[in-house]
Amino acid sequence: MAQAAAVAKPPTPPRRRRASATPRRLPYLLIAPAGLLMLGFIAYPVISVFYYSLQHYNPTKPWRNGFAGFDNFVHLFTEDPLFWDTLVFSAKWVFVEVGLQLMFGLALALIVNQTFVGRGIGRALVFSPWAVSGVLTSAIWVLLYNSQTGITRYLADMGIGDYGTSWLSDTSTVFSAVVVADLWRGVPFFAILILADLQSVSKDLYEAAEVDGASRFQQFTHITLPHLKDAIILSTLLRAVWEFNNVDLLYTLTGGGPAGVTTTLPLYIANTSVDAHNFGYASALTTVAFVILLFCSIVYLRLSKFGGESK
Amino acid sequence: MITKEAAPAAPAPARSAAEPPSRPARKRHRAWDEVPRWHIYLPLGIYLLFTLIPFYWILLFALRPAGSTSLVPWPMTTVHFEKVWTDRAFGTFFQNSVLVGVATLLATTLVALAGGYALARFDFRVKRVFMLALLCSQFVPGALLLVPLFEIFAGLQMINSLGSVIIAETVFQLPLSIILISNFIKNVPYSLEEAAWVDGCSRMRAFRVIVLPLLRPGLIAVGSFAFVHSWNHFLFALMFLNNQEKQTIPVGLNTLMSADSVDLGALAAGGIIAAVPVVIVFAFIQKWLITGFSAGAVKG
Repeated sequence: MAQAAAVAKPPTPPRRRRASATPRRLPYLLIAPAGLLMLGFIAYPVISVFYYSLQHYNPTKPWRNGFAGFDNFVHLFTEDPLFWDTLVFSAKWVFVEVGLQLMFGLALALIVNQTFVGRGIGRALVFSPWAVSGVLTSAIWVLLYNSQTGITRYLADMGIGDYGTSWLSDTSTVFSAVVVADLWRGVPFFAILILADLQSVSKDLYEAAEVDGASRFQQFTHITLPHLKDAIILSTLLRAVWEFNNVDLLYTLTGGGPAGVTTTLPLYIANTSVDAHNFGYASALTTVAFVILLFCSIVYLRLSKFGGESK
Repeated sequence: MITKEAAPAAPAPARSAAEPPSRPARKRHRAWDEVPRWHIYLPLGIYLLFTLIPFYWILLFALRPAGSTSLVPWPMTTVHFEKVWTDRAFGTFFQNSVLVGVATLLATTLVALAGGYALARFDFRVKRVFMLALLCSQFVPGALLLVPLFEIFAGLQMINSLGSVIIAETVFQLPLSIILISNFIKNVPYSLEEAAWVDGCSRMRAFRVIVLPLLRPGLIAVGSFAFVHSWNHFLFALMFLNNQEKQTIPVGLNTLMSADSVDLGALAAGGIIAAVPVVIVFAFIQKWLITGFSAGAVKG
């Protein structure tokens, strides 16, 4: 109590005085709806996932249900090759997707940040796929990749690819096919976040650099990139977590196939719980996914020294 | 324009000794951020093709008769739309999706506004814990909590009611919305509010009259985010709504895709119905979205 007052007082004396004029309970009242919703529908489910991960819990096999200890985890790490396969695919998926999205998104943001005729409409058009859902993206690319009437047929006419092969059902092409489909929607996300931050760079900096004879490339590496650093770190992290967790697109586009080669860990979890009703095992998988996510996020934030200078 | 061109003409020889003559001319015609036109239009054009061909493709399938391989949707037909809207119940799905979207928008904005105001304007004891909870919940994937969420809603007798989807969408939309809104509120000078109190405004009135109008871009950004997310997201609806009467558009689309023989025309028409509200929302908020983001950018 005394400590809190000592910390809070010096920086904001007037605010403190004002706040004391209003009921002390006001801030608690204000965060109560959000707090209660999050406790009930995020915190409690998370805890119950941890709890279920230590149980055998399968409504279709009730005779086995009960406390399992670490059985689920032992099985997961030692006897389940699918877990490792999906983990490897998840890593590959996140790495390739986020890397390409960052690269193209940065380029796109730099382009539409220029002043040119038709900028407004240009921006609206290139950003439009961002609004499109995973399911709709899947629907669109199912049409494009359709072997009979899709764009693949017209590309085959031009000598790119073969007739009659569907890129989504061939294990050698399916990865590129889903990556391109997700890029279509993901690049605009990066571009918007980066563009938002680009607009806050003071133009004076560039003018000063110009006077000092800096080339455009030097201006980019010495002014633009350092300024964008935080935005890039944060959007990369958010996107990586999002791409890892996202099941909409893969679930509807390939269902994890063919032959399971596009099954990410979260998709595997969804299949294990929704289709196989093996809730205990799915919960153990979820727990492992949490730990991996948390660990990767911490390592990433540490490596990029994010937050070190901000507070 | 004429005077500007004429003026530097006379002292030019004197200047050229110190500076290369091209320099002032270049500065006048090209601002700091300008590069040659083709540097903009060529990559942008290529990217536009990548963006627009898929949209064109879905239009093509939706508008041309089944079995046609023409690259131009002519003769045009609306038969796919009629089929999807009535036979495939997209009319009902559309209503449900609108309901979920609007309810999520309102709930998220209100709850996040209250929470964001508390974070921006007060020091209180659980503040740090609350902030930490907000950040951590960013890493909690809603998709992985399906089983416990299902049990909670079953316990609340809310399975097969749109309320379950609205609550789930709102909850997972909240953390980012609160962070964004509190950043927007921090950008509104506190002294404005204090001045209003001195003039005799209540706290509530000061907030409504002074702060709320200034928050408009932020609220639009957050609200549209919530709407679009709940409109697009399908896993909660898929899990919590069993009755076809209650389903939303993304689930309808998924059904069209996983049917044994995919009706491509219907799928395309359904996709366009799914896209229209979102496209309209974005066309209107485009301007606010980017300023809204740069004002409320998550900078801690």
